[in-house]
Amino acid sequence: MGGLRYIDDVVTLQLDVTRCNGCGLCADVCPRGVFAIADRRASIVDLGACIECGACALNCVPGAISVDPGVGCAQAIIHGWLTGGEPSCDC
Amino acid sequence: MMQSAKEHDDEQQACCGPAPQSGGSCCGSTVESAASGRQSERCDATTREAGSERRQSSCCCAPAAPPAEYSYGAADYVTGTVETPVGAVPRVSRTLVRSDRLGAWRVGWGFDRDDYRVRPGMYAVGTPDVGAPVLVTANYKLTFDALRSSLGGLDAWLLVIDTHGINVWCAAGKGTFCADEVARVVHDARLGEIVDHRRLILPQLSAPGVAAHWVKQACGFRVTFGPVRAEDLPAFLATGMQADAAMREVTFTARERAVLVPEELSFVWDRRMLLAYAGILAASAVDRDGVSLSRGVRRGAPVIGAAWLALLAGGAATPLALPWLPGRAFSLKGALAGGVAAAGATALLRRRLSPAARLALLAGVPAVASYAAMNFTGASPITSPSGVEREMRRALPLQAAGGALAIGAWLASRMGR
Repeated sequence: MGGLRYIDDVVTLQLDVTRCNGCGLCADVCPRGVFAIADRRASIVDLGACIECGACALNCVPGAISVDPGVGCAQAIIHGWLTGGEPSCDC
Repeated sequence: MMQSAKEHDDEQQACCGPAPQSGGSCCGSTVESAASGRQSERCDATTREAGSERRQSSCCCAPAAPPAEYSYGAADYVTGTVETPVGAVPRVSRTLVRSDRLGAWRVGWGFDRDDYRVRPGMYAVGTPDVGAPVLVTANYKLTFDALRSSLGGLDAWLLVIDTHGINVWCAAGKGTFCADEVARVVHDARLGEIVDHRRLILPQLSAPGVAAHWVKQACGFRVTFGPVRAEDLPAFLATGMQADAAMREVTFTARERAVLVPEELSFVWDRRMLLAYAGILAASAVDRDGVSLSRGVRRGAPVIGAAWLALLAGGAATPLALPWLPGRAFSLKGALAGGVAAAGATALLRRRLSPAARLALLAGVPAVASYAAMNFTGASPITSPSGVEREMRRALPLQAAGGALAIGAWLASRMGR
């Protein structure tokens, strides 16, 4: 990523380690290196890199991960504001 | 990054590009069929099972059947067929030809980007046998081209699902690249009769839309998420489907950012901008002496020039210099680039600008550049929706204030003329 970072401390990602089964799929699907697996448990090692794409939560079978997923796109958010619906890339 | 012809997924440029269909989002009214309702329920079940808070709307799979009205046009990339127990499967070329590059160039500049599709279904690369890997991808032609041209000498099956011509990552975000659609195409292609294994390799960036365990339940095929970029597939397959950390991470290199610039600049001839030009020229043509077209052009052209300067600063300079511009918020980076551009233009033209015109330039260009740069969030793979929303709540009022100040100053600069 060449050190390219976005705004820290805003994302909705949460991990409940007690429900983790250590499958490691979260680390596999994350395109931003947010998770690491050690001793068959996932942990969040870089929360600020998270882009809330939702891949980890959707693929977490025991439901240890929660995130409010979406696309980090200003146009999508404006579209959501204007239509009162979900943000959607409709530009 | 989309035309770099190396990505499995051309990532986010298309997010704000190819609108899925008329009627808006994939979850919009166009897909409100009984079938999609059913799928939506099933996706919900998956969601509950996964315990995630994934929104229902991002999981309504596309239409149950490909839109009958869509004409896929010539398939120049098909070079023959491969016989299988279920019939002939088209074989596609591994090399891109001039028409592929022309198409990539065309959609890169924003022309007909929602009309660049491959017919969904099964394809062969090389001479795949019953044990050959099955690579699943989206039916955006740029994505398909990147995949087939990245496989080196590999023999593989390609399973193209219908994402309405949207790239992998955006389709996953919209919910059109999802487990039900993958399972549907697996069934339709009778994949179980073509190969003797039960494994699908999906691009990693489809994971926001695909619950791997649900694909297994729906069609019996196990999902392995491959690397982010198609160019890494040969290495991934050669090492027994092991992806290293670099294969798993999205990048946003200078080249990938540069490729996105034409699309950002194509806003110059966007319909809304053409209307704005007309408004500016009309407002400039009128004054107390009456209406004069030549006066409209003489006074309006510099305003349009200033708008282009702002779009260049926010839509080209900001993406290119992204890592080096200070701050985290794209709106701040864009405002700074716009500020530099405005200061430069003011210095160059200082003899010819009235104080009010100078103020208009210094307030308006950073405001518009900031807005343009903020819109680049959608094309970047590093922004979170929570972060974008936070920066927008802060930046939009300032951008509006800058714009209002610029318009006021411009009107004032015309007083007495």
